[in-house]
Amino acid sequence: MSRTIPAGRGRPAAALLPQRKNSLSLRLKRISRAWQLYVLLAPAVIYILVFKYWPMYGVQIAFKNYNPVDGFTESPWVGMTHFIRFVNSYQFGQVVGNTLWIAVLGLLLAFPIPIILALLVNQLQSERFKKFTQTVLYSPAFISTVVVVGIMFVILSPRSGLVNNAIQLGGGDPVFFMGSAEWFRPIYVISDVWQNAGFSMIVYLAALAAIDPALHDAAKVDGASKLQRIRHIDLPGIMPVVTILFILAIGNLLNVGFEKALLMQTPLNISTSEIIQTYVYHAGLQQAQFSYSAAIGLFNSLLNLALLLVFNTIARRANQATLW
Amino acid sequence: MSLTTNPRPTGIPTPPVTQGRPKPTLRDKYGDRAFTIGATAVLLLSILAVVYPLYFIVIASISDPNAVYEGKVWLLPSGITTEGYERIFADSRIWNGLGNTVIYTVLGTAISVSTILCGAYALSRKDMPGRKILMLLFVITMFFDGGLITKYLVVRDLGMLDTVWAVVLPGAVGVWNLIIARSFFEHTIPNELREAAQMDGATDFTFFFKMVLPLSKPLIMLMIMVHVVAQWNSFFDALIFLNDDSKYPLQLVLRNILIQSDVSSTGTTGGDIESYAAAQRIAELTKYAMIVVSSLPLMIALPFMQKHFTKGAMIGAVK
Repeated sequence: MSRTIPAGRGRPAAALLPQRKNSLSLRLKRISRAWQLYVLLAPAVIYILVFKYWPMYGVQIAFKNYNPVDGFTESPWVGMTHFIRFVNSYQFGQVVGNTLWIAVLGLLLAFPIPIILALLVNQLQSERFKKFTQTVLYSPAFISTVVVVGIMFVILSPRSGLVNNAIQLGGGDPVFFMGSAEWFRPIYVISDVWQNAGFSMIVYLAALAAIDPALHDAAKVDGASKLQRIRHIDLPGIMPVVTILFILAIGNLLNVGFEKALLMQTPLNISTSEIIQTYVYHAGLQQAQFSYSAAIGLFNSLLNLALLLVFNTIARRANQATLW
Repeated sequence: MSLTTNPRPTGIPTPPVTQGRPKPTLRDKYGDRAFTIGATAVLLLSILAVVYPLYFIVIASISDPNAVYEGKVWLLPSGITTEGYERIFADSRIWNGLGNTVIYTVLGTAISVSTILCGAYALSRKDMPGRKILMLLFVITMFFDGGLITKYLVVRDLGMLDTVWAVVLPGAVGVWNLIIARSFFEHTIPNELREAAQMDGATDFTFFFKMVLPLSKPLIMLMIMVHVVAQWNSFFDALIFLNDDSKYPLQLVLRNILIQSDVSSTGTTGGDIESYAAAQRIAELTKYAMIVVSSLPLMIALPFMQKHFTKGAMIGAVK
């Protein structure tokens, strides 16, 4: 951050000399002048050091046998033991597979639907209907995960649930949705779309609103249909936002929805509902295998990071907007 | 978009755009109309898909549980009863949980919002030495995370288990919110304003508290709402950090009743199958009522919050 002092035209060289000599003390002076800004920033920095970097430092227990007496630093090293144990365990294939399944299914459905909804809502003529649609579609985002899963349990209940009542009305046999392994993934993904599509839509609507209306007017004059304008004006217009959100979604691919999966778990659907993070929770916090589950968590984080880097690179190659 | 198929007579000059929409061609008019009808139909169906389950919960919560059980409740409640609600209001766990949630929400929101606003303002100041490195410190945590286990161990080592702090502190500052707040300050607080204030002898503190904050009301409202909603709805930190059930927030109480199917709230006293089945139905009724009661506060507040959230999305999109 060294500052080069511009050679002042007509300024006496002597005036520059002491400044250059004292560039370090100058910088210190600038720092001390900004002390109040550092005070404002201090709580946030302390927070991030304690609750983000300290746990990050603690990740070393993935390569150790953690015991509370020795703490993060002093516990004995065991190398890759925990990783090897995880990879060789019978849960490995199942847990990683389940995670990828719901992550990819979720991405395929939950990512494009908000974009489509935004494009459709944007075409509505009536401002009031537009606003009403927006409000209704995003209201489920304000319902807690606990309540959403609670709604699933009552609506899908085999004895008295709405859905099973409808099935029986149509002459079918009731299905025990929450207690079946095959139904976990569809329910998980559909409820995700139900709850979040409307809220995700808002960002795209904001991006659509930023498109220059003159483009649409010009296209109308040229006789372009609505569909053509969506295809040639709206979509390219929101593409940068789409790309960035897609990369972020990829970066979070293996993290999202862990709480919901945990809440939806029943002993009967565990073969599809146990994902990496719920497994970490069970093995780590319920069975107190701290090092083993920290290793699995680290495996998950690194996988995420790798996905993010790969997709950011792809986006850059394709000359799209990137995160950095 | 070829111009040759456009039947508009070329002799007539194109009307200026400001005079309203130009007349669509015949073919396009029908295409567009079909599209509009299709789009409206899709959106109406989406609205129905969102609203109907919620509507059903509401009518089921005031209907005779036997009617719900037999599948007679579809569009209107039948055999109105308020028993579900009476049971909830008589349940001390719910009240206790609600009280805890209010405390956690107020305290957590106050901590988060003040930390984020102060920090984001400092980071928005381009003349703060070391700004880039400090920002990087925050951004890194968006991409790499220490994980659940080490977070738990840190909170335990801090002696925060089973305290309020374990619920309000570990998730206090979201980097994403920090970035949104920072870009809001960057875009709305002109440098000239600060320079003028400094001329008049204002320090960074006085400028921030007397000028910046009063100018940032939309941002402050947005941040308060984001955190109220998040804290009101959160259960996981409470699940892992709290053992004492008198400290449980509402969501954790709800989880135990709604999902873990804890029927003790209905006061079953053993007995024959008949009364067990009846108790089961009452339990279901209580669940419907509980979903309504716990979601109602945010749903009522939603219309008031909408404006701010939409604005927030704009700030986020500017980024």
